[in-house]
Amino acid sequence: MSSTDISLHKDVHLEHDDHHDDHHNESFITKYVFSQDHKVIAKQFLFAGIFWAIIGGTLSSLFRMQLGFPEATFNFLEPLLGKWVEGGKLNPEFYLALVTMHGTIMVFFVLTAGLSGTFSNFLIPLQLGARDMASGFMNMLSFWFFFLASVIMFYSLFLETGPAGGGWTVYPPLSALPQAIAGSGTGMTMWLISMALFIVSQLLGGVNYITTVINMRTRGMSMSKMPLTIWSFFLTAVLGLLAFPVLFSAALLLIFDRSFGTSFFLSDIYVAGQALSHTGGSPVLFQHLFWFLGHPEVYIVILPTFGIVSEVITTNARKPIFGYRAMIGSMLGISVLSFIVWAHHMFVSGMNPFLGSVFMFLTLIIAVPSAVKVFNWLATLWRGNINFTPAMLFSVAFVSLFISGGVTGIILGNSALDIQLHDTYFVVAHFHLVMGSAAFFGMFAGVYHWFPKMFGRMMDEKLGYVHFWITFICAYLIFMPMHYMGIAGFPRRYYTWTGFDTFSTFLDMNSFISIAAIAVFFAQLFFLFNFFYSIFRGRRATENPWKSNTLEWTTPVNPGHGNWPGPLPVVYRWPYDYSKPGAPEDFIPQNVPYSQTQSSNLPHERDEF
Amino acid sequence: MVANTEIQTEHRRVNPLKFILWLLIVSILMMFAAFTSAYIVRREEGNWLEYDLPSVLLINTFILILSSVFMQWAYVSAKKDNIKNVRLGLILTFIAGTAFLIGQWEGWAELVRNNVFFGGSTSNPAGSFLYVLTGVHAFHLVTGLIFLIIVVISALRYRVHSKNLTRIELCTIYWHFLGALWIYLYIFLTLNH
Repeated sequence: MSSTDISLHKDVHLEHDDHHDDHHNESFITKYVFSQDHKVIAKQFLFAGIFWAIIGGTLSSLFRMQLGFPEATFNFLEPLLGKWVEGGKLNPEFYLALVTMHGTIMVFFVLTAGLSGTFSNFLIPLQLGARDMASGFMNMLSFWFFFLASVIMFYSLFLETGPAGGGWTVYPPLSALPQAIAGSGTGMTMWLISMALFIVSQLLGGVNYITTVINMRTRGMSMSKMPLTIWSFFLTAVLGLLAFPVLFSAALLLIFDRSFGTSFFLSDIYVAGQALSHTGGSPVLFQHLFWFLGHPEVYIVILPTFGIVSEVITTNARKPIFGYRAMIGSMLGISVLSFIVWAHHMFVSGMNPFLGSVFMFLTLIIAVPSAVKVFNWLATLWRGNINFTPAMLFSVAFVSLFISGGVTGIILGNSALDIQLHDTYFVVAHFHLVMGSAAFFGMFAGVYHWFPKMFGRMMDEKLGYVHFWITFICAYLIFMPMHYMGIAGFPRRYYTWTGFDTFSTFLDMNSFISIAAIAVFFAQLFFLFNFFYSIFRGRRATENPWKSNTLEWTTPVNPGHGNWPGPLPVVYRWPYDYSKPGAPEDFIPQNVPYSQTQSSNLPHERDEF
Repeated sequence: MVANTEIQTEHRRVNPLKFILWLLIVSILMMFAAFTSAYIVRREEGNWLEYDLPSVLLINTFILILSSVFMQWAYVSAKKDNIKNVRLGLILTFIAGTAFLIGQWEGWAELVRNNVFFGGSTSNPAGSFLYVLTGVHAFHLVTGLIFLIIVVISALRYRVHSKNLTRIELCTIYWHFLGALWIYLYIFLTLNH
């Protein structure tokens, strides 16, 4: 066996050498379209994610207009939406479709594929000192499965019956019966097909990320010397690998219920006085299967940003990360716990109250590792020599949003309080702060921080500041008032609420939220302009503009296929030697051996090889 | 520092492709974990049709175990560079695998004869679950057969031998997994009937 292995590795090397020679000769198609280079695939995911974020944001602006100005008419939208705004009034079923698609797009297409797809692909090989992913081909397939899923989901927006409308959680029986609402017709079918392809894409990508982290680390890069970004991407991929197949199972059973007459989730239903043939199904079963994915999914969204933010904060505070091992331990803890708390989404589904208290207990435990992380970020910032780059501002704001969103999670995790708060705007406020805004802020931080490595140029800082402050202020202006409405019992997903006297007092507040939401949507134009302008005209970047320690900054400004023109770098130290006493500079990259830094070495620090 | 650099691949522990295969196996396992736990949860709720498992399933189980034996024999022969036996073993595996699929089809026919249907007004989730479990397993077995064909073709071209074991090794792992998965499903169904 061992002899075969060695010969196999030599082959791998020869292949890499070939890449160096011929990567200039690649055709446009293999270089930019069907590329197997992880950096190009990362950019493909980033562009697709930006595209979807614009769509998802547009949808939310549309339904915020309805919520904020229920009496107004929107005739000016008719050229865009046609019969969905007949007489200037948004169609109620279209409103449901907007909410559903906003959730689906943001959770899966932007914050899962756009976030993990971009940064896991880009950073895992670069920060580990690998030439590429374990399987470039599977990586390419991962993007193109995602592309196919995107095309189908995008197409469903233009169906005559509209896209899926049963909520992003697609609970049956609503989603399973085409006669229930227009959004459960063809739109729902396409939603399920698209999601099935999406899951395949995520599994192909995730399998690659895990394999690369386990097997392709460069010499010296032990697991305990890996940057926290890699740890977070690794755990994200593990969560995806374990959770997405379960969603696939649930989606498959739902497809059978919809199209093949089975009754997994459907039981004794009357539609318009007619009894359906389905009998014996259990809709709560779907909720169990869905949330077994659904809860890890929120950590799939937030974990990568934990890593990104840790990296950006420590670099820009010019201090080692506080509690490196505690950071890893808390991420491990959160990952494990994420699989045993799913039923806190189902406290009011009629489940056994005793079971509810078990899930409540487990849910509240998540506060502990989350608090450890927050404490460590704050302790890293404490007395740091802080550079307020746009990426750093977004990272610090991430910590703020994570605290304010996380604290309400403790309230919602109580099964008794959830009776009042379930399906109100309190829930909307909670998860938009903690996994919506926070994850977006982490993603922005990542884009601003690694833009120089992606495109060889810098983004404009001043535009970045403008973008940051408007986004940050508006995020709180939108979601803080929502808590207040939610405690008052204001229900989510309602098309109109002016019929209820209780809620008419919230008219002004709703208008206020809508104005803030639409303002922040347009503020993203600063980012978009900055992003696309800087790709072509930005200031040229140096190799290591942030004076960072991790390996991606040891590559050339525009790394080619294979990342390092010469041999792969060797790692001697952890990635967080910032402001080390005795060192001439305030950073020591991971590939600098201890033998070259005698003045700053601690007594136990010497090269291991 | 530079002198050290090219040793890096040596400490790569497992063949990455093999690792990828194991991860894919984990994801398939999670799918079936979801199906079988859904089965248990649903069964606890009552309104559950009790019926006899098709008797042919037991025969199919033995056929699939036999195919795994053939596969292992082919793999061991490849290690010993006995190309003839590799081919024979792989082809026997393929035949046994196909026989298993035909047997599963016969199992479905038996269910239909006993009025246990996948869908429709007379169906019960109890029956539908059996179709889903066997159907999704059969789908994965088809992917295994496709993998087998690829290995058979490379064996016919003398590309499977002791110095080039990766492909047949991966195929063997996958095939054994599919067999083990079926044995799990069969025991699960027998215990929950």
